Amino acid sequence: MIELNVNGGVARADVDPATPLLYVLRDDLGLHAAKFGCGLGQCGACTVLVDDRPVFACLLPVGAIGERAVTTVEGLGTTVEPGDVQRAFLQEQAGQCGYCIPGMIARAEALLRRTTTPTEEEMRAAMAPSLCRCGTHMRILRAVRRAAVARGGGIVDPAEPVA
Amino acid sequence: MRGRRLKIAGVGIAIAGAVLAILLAIAHRPAIASIERPDPRSFDPAVVARGANLARIGNCVSCHQAEGGRPYAGGYPVTTPFGTIYGSNITPDPDTGIGHWSRAAFARAMREGIGRNGRHLYPAFPYTHYAGVTDGDVDALYAFLMTRPAVRATPPDNDLIPPLGFRPLLAGWKLLFFQPAPIRVDPSQSAEWNRGRYLGETLAHCSACHSPRGLLQQEQRGAEAYAGGWSGGWYAPPINARSPAVRTWTPQRLETYFRTGLSRDHAAAAGPMGPVTYNLARADPADVRALARYYAWWMRNAPAAKVDPPLPDRRALAERQHPAGARLYEGACATCHEPGAPMVVAGRPVLPLGTPLHEDNPRDTIQIILQGLRPPVQASGPYMPAYADALTDRQIAEIVGYLKVRHGSGSAWDDLEKEVAKAREEGR
Repeated sequence: MIELNVNGGVARADVDPATPLLYVLRDDLGLHAAKFGCGLGQCGACTVLVDDRPVFACLLPVGAIGERAVTTVEGLGTTVEPGDVQRAFLQEQAGQCGYCIPGMIARAEALLRRTTTPTEEEMRAAMAPSLCRCGTHMRILRAVRRAAVARGGGIVDPAEPVA
Repeated sequence: MRGRRLKIAGVGIAIAGAVLAILLAIAHRPAIASIERPDPRSFDPAVVARGANLARIGNCVSCHQAEGGRPYAGGYPVTTPFGTIYGSNITPDPDTGIGHWSRAAFARAMREGIGRNGRHLYPAFPYTHYAGVTDGDVDALYAFLMTRPAVRATPPDNDLIPPLGFRPLLAGWKLLFFQPAPIRVDPSQSAEWNRGRYLGETLAHCSACHSPRGLLQQEQRGAEAYAGGWSGGWYAPPINARSPAVRTWTPQRLETYFRTGLSRDHAAAAGPMGPVTYNLARADPADVRALARYYAWWMRNAPAAKVDPPLPDRRALAERQHPAGARLYEGACATCHEPGAPMVVAGRPVLPLGTPLHEDNPRDTIQIILQGLRPPVQASGPYMPAYADALTDRQIAEIVGYLKVRHGSGSAWDDLEKEVAKAREEGR
C-alpha cells in the first residue's frame, strides 16, 4: 500500500512502487485531469506538480514521491469555482481540443509559484516542454500572462527593474 | 630597536615597490591606435565567408553570446575556480565592441592575449591556442566579425577573487604558461590530418575542455594532453588513449557525431559539447572531416580501438546491489531505454554504449539525468526529459549506482548522493 499526499489530502493505492504516478492518479484515484499522451516524457500532457515543480507523471514512479505534495488540476479549483490559472485559460479560450490543457495549467501554475513576474522568455521556456497539436500556443501564452497579472504580478521586461 | 624596525620596513617597502615596478614594466603593453569603424562593404565577401566558417569551427559564439543575447555581443559567464569572467562584445560596435579595433589590434588580441588598449586578457579567452592561427585566418575572422551587425552591449564586470582583477599579474601567468608557437606540418601524416591538427589545436581549441588543468588553470600537456577536463559543470572525457568509449571512434563515426550531435555507437553531444556540434554541423564538411581524422588518431590506442568489447548486462547483480535504484529505473527509465524501446529504435545509443557510464567519475551520467538531453543538431527528434524536478538527490544516486553496475565499466563511483548535489550546484 502506498500513501500519497494528493491535492492536500492523503490518498492510498495498492500498487507496485514502479507504477508511473499518472496511472495511479487516473486508474486508482479517479483523478482524470492529467492525460496520457506519449508515455515517454515528450509531450507534457501528463504534467502535474510535485512540491511546486512541474514533472511528467508518466515517468515518475509512484514509489519515488514519498512525502512530497502532488497537485493536479483538480487541486487548483472546481468547475463552479475555477482557480485563477484555470479562469485565465477560460477567459482567453486557450483550449481547443483540450487534451494538453491540464498539463499546460500545471506548468503555468509551477511557473507562477516560482515567480509572478517572469520575463516573456522565462514564461516561454517554462511552457515549452508541453506540446499543443491544435496550435493554440498564442492563446495559452496570453492566458499565462493574464494569470500572472491576476496573481499580482505580470510579465516583465528584463531591462526594467522590478519594483 | 624601533629605528631598525622602521629601516627594515622601509627596505621591505622599497623592494616591494621595485618588484612591482619591474612587474609593471614587464607587463606593460602599448595601446594600438583606434580607427574609424571599417566600412563593411570594404571586405571581400569570399574572405568573410571563410571567416564565418572559422568562427563556427572556433565555436566563438558559445562564450561571446549571453543566454537570450545577440550573437557575438558577449555577456556569457565563464566560471573558473577563481570567479566568473564574462565574454566580451566582439561585434563592431565602436563603443562597446571592437569597432575601433584595427586588424593589427585584433591580431594581437587573438595571438598574444592583449586588448587594443594594451590590457592583458584573461586566458579564459584561449589565445594560448589562437597563437598558432595563420595571418590569413586572422584576417578572415576579422573580416567576418567586422561585417556582423553592431550591437551595443556591455557585459557585466568580471567577478574574480582579489588580486586577480589586477591584470598586470597576467604577464606573470604568460611568462609561466604561454609559449606561442606555430603549428608545424608533420610530413609523415596526410594533408587532411595536418589540417585537422591545425584547426583542432588552434581555433577549435578542443583541449581547452578535454585536457586537465593545473592549479593556475594552465592546460596540462604532454602525457596529460586530452586526458579529460571540466567545463560548465560537465566532465569532458579523455579523447586520447584513455578514451572510455566502448566502441572505436573511427574517423567516420566521429565525423557523424560532429555533424549531427549524435553517434548511435557512443552518445549524444551534451552540455557544452552541444553548441560545438551545432556549429560544426554548419561548418565546411572538409574541415569537419579533417578534425574527425585528427581526433580519431588521438584515440587510436584507446582500449576500444583494439577490441570492441562485448556489452555485458549485469541486471541481476545490479538489482541485488541497488534494489531501490532498480525499482526507480523500472518506473522512470525503462520505457525508453530497454532494448526495443522507442528511443533505441529511433537511433539513440543503448545505455551500455553510452560513454558516460564508462567514465571515471559519475558527473556526466548525473547531469544527463538532471538536465535531460536534447540533441543540439537534429532538434526535432525524441529527447531525454530532465529529472531535476522529479527525483531527489538520493533517488538519482540510486539510479546512477544501479546503471553503473548494470552497464558500466571502469573505476567504481562513490558518494553518489553528494555527487548529485554537487552536479546540481555546478551545472547550469
